[in-house]
Amino acid sequence: MNKLNRMCLAAGALLLAAQPAWAETITIAPGDGAQERLQEALILAEPGDEIVLEAGRFALTDGLSLDVDGVTVRGAGMDQTVLDFSNQMGAGEGLLVTSDNVVLREFGMENSKGDGIKSKGADNIVYYKLRVEWTRGPHEENGAYAIYPVESENVLVDSVTTIAASDAGIYVGQSKNIIVRNSVAKYNVAGIEIENSYGADVYNNLAVNNTGGILVFDLPDIPQQGGRDVRVFENIVVDNNTRNFAPEGNIVASVPSGMGVMVMSHFNVEVFGNVFAENATGNVLITAYPNETEDADYNPLPVNILVKDNIQGRAGYKPAMRGGEMLAAAFGGTIPPVTHDGNGSDIVVQDGVPVLSLGFTKPAQPFTEAQPSVVDLSGDADKPLMLKPIVLPEAMEAVVKQ
Amino acid sequence: MKRLSLAILGAAALSAGSAIAVQATAIEVTVVNDTAVLETRMPRALSDYGFFTDAAGQIPSANVTPYRLNTPLYTDSASKLRFAYVPKGKQAVADGEGLLKFPVGSALIKTFAYGEGEDRRLIETRVLLHRADGWLALPYKWNDEQTEAKLALVGARLDVDTPEHGTISYRVPNKNQCKQCHSIDDTVVPIGPKARNLSSDWMAAMVKAGHVDAMPQGTGALPVWEHRQEADLNDTARAYLDVNCAHCHQPQGKASNSGLDLRWEQDDPTSVGIRKRPVAAGRGSGGLNFSIVPGDSSRSIMVHRMGSDNPGVAMPELGKTTVDKDGVDVITRWIDAMPEKTF
Repeated sequence: MNKLNRMCLAAGALLLAAQPAWAETITIAPGDGAQERLQEALILAEPGDEIVLEAGRFALTDGLSLDVDGVTVRGAGMDQTVLDFSNQMGAGEGLLVTSDNVVLREFGMENSKGDGIKSKGADNIVYYKLRVEWTRGPHEENGAYAIYPVESENVLVDSVTTIAASDAGIYVGQSKNIIVRNSVAKYNVAGIEIENSYGADVYNNLAVNNTGGILVFDLPDIPQQGGRDVRVFENIVVDNNTRNFAPEGNIVASVPSGMGVMVMSHFNVEVFGNVFAENATGNVLITAYPNETEDADYNPLPVNILVKDNIQGRAGYKPAMRGGEMLAAAFGGTIPPVTHDGNGSDIVVQDGVPVLSLGFTKPAQPFTEAQPSVVDLSGDADKPLMLKPIVLPEAMEAVVKQ
Repeated sequence: MKRLSLAILGAAALSAGSAIAVQATAIEVTVVNDTAVLETRMPRALSDYGFFTDAAGQIPSANVTPYRLNTPLYTDSASKLRFAYVPKGKQAVADGEGLLKFPVGSALIKTFAYGEGEDRRLIETRVLLHRADGWLALPYKWNDEQTEAKLALVGARLDVDTPEHGTISYRVPNKNQCKQCHSIDDTVVPIGPKARNLSSDWMAAMVKAGHVDAMPQGTGALPVWEHRQEADLNDTARAYLDVNCAHCHQPQGKASNSGLDLRWEQDDPTSVGIRKRPVAAGRGSGGLNFSIVPGDSSRSIMVHRMGSDNPGVAMPELGKTTVDKDGVDVITRWIDAMPEKTF
């Protein structure tokens, strides 16, 4: 090689060095030994590296894990590259990420025995154009969560598809600063669930054919509680009438089939600009935590919840909540599209629709003490939206522009 | 050259008849390779460390001391050979009943085996190396000839014949899985050698040998598993949960988000699981509402998950493929004996 060529190559390399100079691309093909080859790459990766999964099916027998910061795992598309866990023999999830600044993009995962992709304590994580699915459809023995970031700060879930999780398709728990957008959740028990988290924007998603479309919950007896500041807007939440197939004991097992958006014991939630239709129990339910708890630090009530400017399509025609049949009969076959259990404070609904109040005066009251009535929760004046948009680090937003 | 002289010593020891005693003196010559413990990025073979003079026989080198735990972690009924290496001139520091503070340069070595005597088959040896930048966990898999254990960074899945469970699909953990259990706040730490789970006799010997600075308070507080029928049931159960579950189920562990804290020292009933609802159990709940229902093990998720060998339900998630029947028995009796109303 002559000197001039070498100089040109060196200059080219410098120009390309947007990633750290030592960043490598490691390409993994499906086929024999995929489990070992892929896991080895995940272990030996260095920060800045990209692990490329070629198109095809990767037959995997054990959970994968990534514990190196700054690694991208990229497939050839959510239907082209498939991590197939149908024969999984161990571990609690398909892929576990425990490092920061990780990007997971453009691959699919099928039939993991526990959760699909879990990231724990993994800050600045991006889930982009992924598909996590249990291919037999709704089933009690499907894994709980398809996409499962927990205890993390700065979470971006963008353009993913989740299908048939027995708990939640997209579940963000005990985290801070979260965006879930442009995604599809279908045939899960909960389509999208934000739980015990601080600051989330959930927008431009399609939640269809779940038991409940979008849930915003705060639960007792877990390390981070006092969930607050969640905006659910400009989503399409329709036809969420799949039977509840969550195993008893999990909080989502208490979600009535036919639910659009459900807010449980939470601070500062804004539900606006969504399209709701054909949710047989109701488009929106605002409720206290339904169980007894001895957790003295826990607030079981919904506080400062604003429902505004949504398109309220047909709902409430077959309510499956406690006492639903009786309520429907009492209201001439169809209950109002928005229900409030009566608990909490600063509950405002400005959608031009009547609201069914169950008239409870404290959490965990037996249904026999309900005092159902139609109420007007629109308040005296137009209540402005107050919560600020979630802003993620620029590097995370840059990922989805590539 | 060194290897040759060792071979001669070994032969001499065998011909002398009282193999162990003579070998023990002969062993003085073999020392641990501190460079491998401290510096080599990831030593490729277990033999690189020199932890053993006779690795297949699991005869340790100088300053490598065997130990056992009062209540051990269940791993598919494998027998475990545990060793602690403290470099010459250094000392582990007692820290109450908790984990001994091993100095940089130390190592903990654990070999998993099935069978006894000549039939014993070594499966894997896991090492924890205390380096200047923290602990490093690495797994080594023994070959069929039992002559060498090689680094198994990605772990392995092996069909293994076991006396108790027949042929099982045994899982050697990969490097990340080592860390999943061995981590507190994302930092790798040892789990086993807490003073409360080590015998007083062993600790006294370690202090006498200069490997530990002082006799820690609370040494040996956990019951000896083999003597559990005579021990207090609550102590036995809480020791079992501490050793088998609490490395994840504690506020700084892998399962912190569950809110379940199964450490020996935790005394809040809800944190231990009593009438505590699950958080993210999924189908692991088995249709049950609480981790522990006092007086009713059949309605307690804890027993349901311990009694399952189904991935996604089974607990612990890693490190075992079979059900620990003795462990289930203890936890079942413990829960059934709980008065329903006291909590």
